[in-house]
This record gives sequence, C-alpha cells and structure tokens, in this order.
Amino acid sequence: MAGEVKTKLSKNLLRMKFMQRGLDSQTKKQLEEEEKKIISEEHWYLDVPDLKEKESCIIEERSFLRCEDLVYGRMSFKGFNPEIEKLMIQMNSKCKEEKIEEDDKMEADVSDEEMARRYETLVGTIGKKFLRKRDQRVLKDDDEDEDDEVEEGNSNTRPSKRAKKMFLKPQD
Amino acid sequence: MAAMAAERGTAAEALVGQVVLPGDLLLLPAHYDEDAEGERLRLSAGTAPQGRLLCGPGLRRSGAGLLVTKCGLLRHRPGGGGAYWVDSQQKRYVPVKGDHVIGIVTAKAGDVFRLDVGGSEPASLSYLAFEGATKRNRPNVQVGDLIYGQFVVANKDMEPEMVCIDSSGKSSGMGIIGQDGFLFKVSLGLIRKLLAPKCEIIQELSQLYPFEMVLGMNGRIWVKAKTVQQTLIVVNILEACEHMTAQQRKQALAKLSGN
Repeated sequence: MAGEVKTKLSKNLLRMKFMQRGLDSQTKKQLEEEEKKIISEEHWYLDVPDLKEKESCIIEERSFLRCEDLVYGRMSFKGFNPEIEKLMIQMNSKCKEEKIEEDDKMEADVSDEEMARRYETLVGTIGKKFLRKRDQRVLKDDDEDEDDEVEEGNSNTRPSKRAKKMFLKPQD
Repeated sequence: MAAMAAERGTAAEALVGQVVLPGDLLLLPAHYDEDAEGERLRLSAGTAPQGRLLCGPGLRRSGAGLLVTKCGLLRHRPGGGGAYWVDSQQKRYVPVKGDHVIGIVTAKAGDVFRLDVGGSEPASLSYLAFEGATKRNRPNVQVGDLIYGQFVVANKDMEPEMVCIDSSGKSSGMGIIGQDGFLFKVSLGLIRKLLAPKCEIIQELSQLYPFEMVLGMNGRIWVKAKTVQQTLIVVNILEACEHMTAQQRKQALAKLSGN
C-alpha cells in the first residue's frame, strides 16, 4: 500500500511547499521552469507585427488661455479693493519671472545673517525646555559656574544651595 | 459630373491674420510631418521648432495638416513651439477646463452646489472646494450668490465641475463675489479683447472712477463702483465698446469725464 502511494502522488501535491523542502535546488529550479512554461503557453498573443506609434508634434487644445496671453480676470482700479490690487500685481507678474526674483531679494525683512544669529540662540533656549529635570539642574550649575566668574556677589548663596543638595549626616 | 479635385491646402503661415472658413485645410511646414521619421534632425534654413505645435480652438488635426472648423481670423503665436488658433465670435459659452468663469448658484444639493455658467449643463461645485473649508467649517453660500471659479472637469461627456481654489490650495481671488455690483453678459470675443495685456479700454476706464470688475470667460462681467450711477456708466461703456471705434470711445469718455 505504501509503495503505491509513493508512486502515485499527483503533480499538484508535489508542487506544494512541504513536499519541496526535501528537494535540492536543481530540481526546484526545474519545477519552476516547467510551471512558467505552462503558464506562458496558455497566454494568448497577437500574431501581428507591432504598430509603431506615430509621434505627433501637434497638440489639440480647446482653451484660449493657453494660446493667448490673458491677464487675470479680477481687477480693481484706483484703490477700490486693495486686496485685489495686490492680487493683480501678483498674478500678472507670475508671467514675468525675472521681476519675482528681484522682489524676493528686496522684500526680505530680516537679512540672512540675522536669521542665522537668531537661530543659534533660539535652538539653545528651546532645547533647554525639553531637557529632563536632572539635566536641567546640571545646566543650572553650569550657568552658575559661569556667573560666578563674572559676579562674585552671589558667592554667599552658593554654599547654602550646594549644602541643600548634598546629604547632611545627622550629628550624633 | 465634374469631379471635385482633391482639396489642396494652403500653407498656414500665409493665412495668418486672414479670414478662414470651415473646411479649409492648412498645411504646416515639413518638420511637423508625422511621417517624417528621422528627418526631424535635418538642418533646415528655417527655425527648428522645439516642443510641439499647439492647435487651438477652431482647428482640428487632420492627416496632412490642420482643418479649420470655425470661421474667423487665423492667429499665430510663434513662442513656445508655436500655436495656431481661430479668433471667432461667439455668444454661447462652452465649458473648457482651466477657464475662470462667473457662476450663479441655482441650487444646493447636499454637499454640492449647482451653478449656472451659461453652458448646456449646470456645473457642480463641492462645498469643500473653497479655501479653508472643512466638513465643519462650511462656506456661507446661498442660492443666487455669484461665484468666481475655474473648471477642473469640462468635456462633452461629463457634467462640468468647478472649484474655487487653485492647485496649491489657495483661493487666489476665486470664491464668492461680494455684495452689490452689477452682472451683465457680453460676447466672448469682447472678454478676450478686454483680457488682452495692455487693453486700451481697461486703461481708459481705470482713469475714470475707482471701481472693481470681475471678468468671466463665459461672457459675464460683474462691476461694482461707489455709486449706482457710476456702476451703470461703466456697464454701458463696456457693453457699447464692442461696436464703437476707438475714437468714438474716446469721445464718449471725454464727455463723461467732462461731466
């Protein structure tokens, strides 16, 4: 009985994963190739020579906007609606890109150098906000150390603060 | 039984600025020929075009060249690969994608507004298509309001759809047009004339009174000035200037500014 079962295993069963673990790579590859062959033979294809797509240089367009150079449709004159007057300048200058580049350079309220300086200090101050309590205390000590060199008047308060932090042994 | 000779087209460049009729065939220079394979790189004495030729409204691409479908003047723009189109006169608007138009709200249907844009179908406008609109923060649009927006979908098979924001999400002047003012209709050719850069009519009018104007490509113009009288004067000038010569127009404006 066992012998018959061995010889009569179906193809689908042999293709299953657990049956293929024992096989070596070569037989696996063969099986895969056979499968691919079967699948590709089943595919239909047209026995017709390939038609070359004619690359046309003409685009059809139904809108006048792309043919003619039309200005923006919303307008305001003599200051009737200042927002729209601003918009008019903005929209109509989109076509002339040179003007926009000039405007960008001129309209910077804050120069690049100032921005860089601000950012340097800003990163430090906001970074302190997110430090954990231990790190904050360390920072304070550092600050106080720095201050110490500059202001010597605060030296009285220093030892009492330091004393608080350290463990005071009870005197017998 | 006179056999009609095969219609031979004329060169497109020769007819620029002249009247063309539907059925005319325009031939294009050889470097637009579709069948020329590998000959595009030949060094011709004429300008080698970069990019593609734009075949604008009134023209259709046909095997040998361009077929004219509307009567009017043939125009040509040499920049950006070149463009040909027919400048025709029309009163009825056909929605085109990308056009900015003025629409009148006719109905509110759930999440969508129906707008009358003067085409064959009412256009739809979603309430989310306004700047800063969310499901909770709805725009305050009532039936009868005027809206300035652009088409995102406009073809002969589907209902046209409009939005009041541009591709970056900003309104850039589109949206509900404010209170008061006067809406009237003109022909489409006049709108294009008024929207041309450095239009004389607009320049002359802007010297007259302070006023505000919105031009829709569907032939609708909305004008608002400080008093009703001034508004009506601007409206009358715009309506009449289509049929006036430049001199008559200047005379009329001189009379008004004299008053």
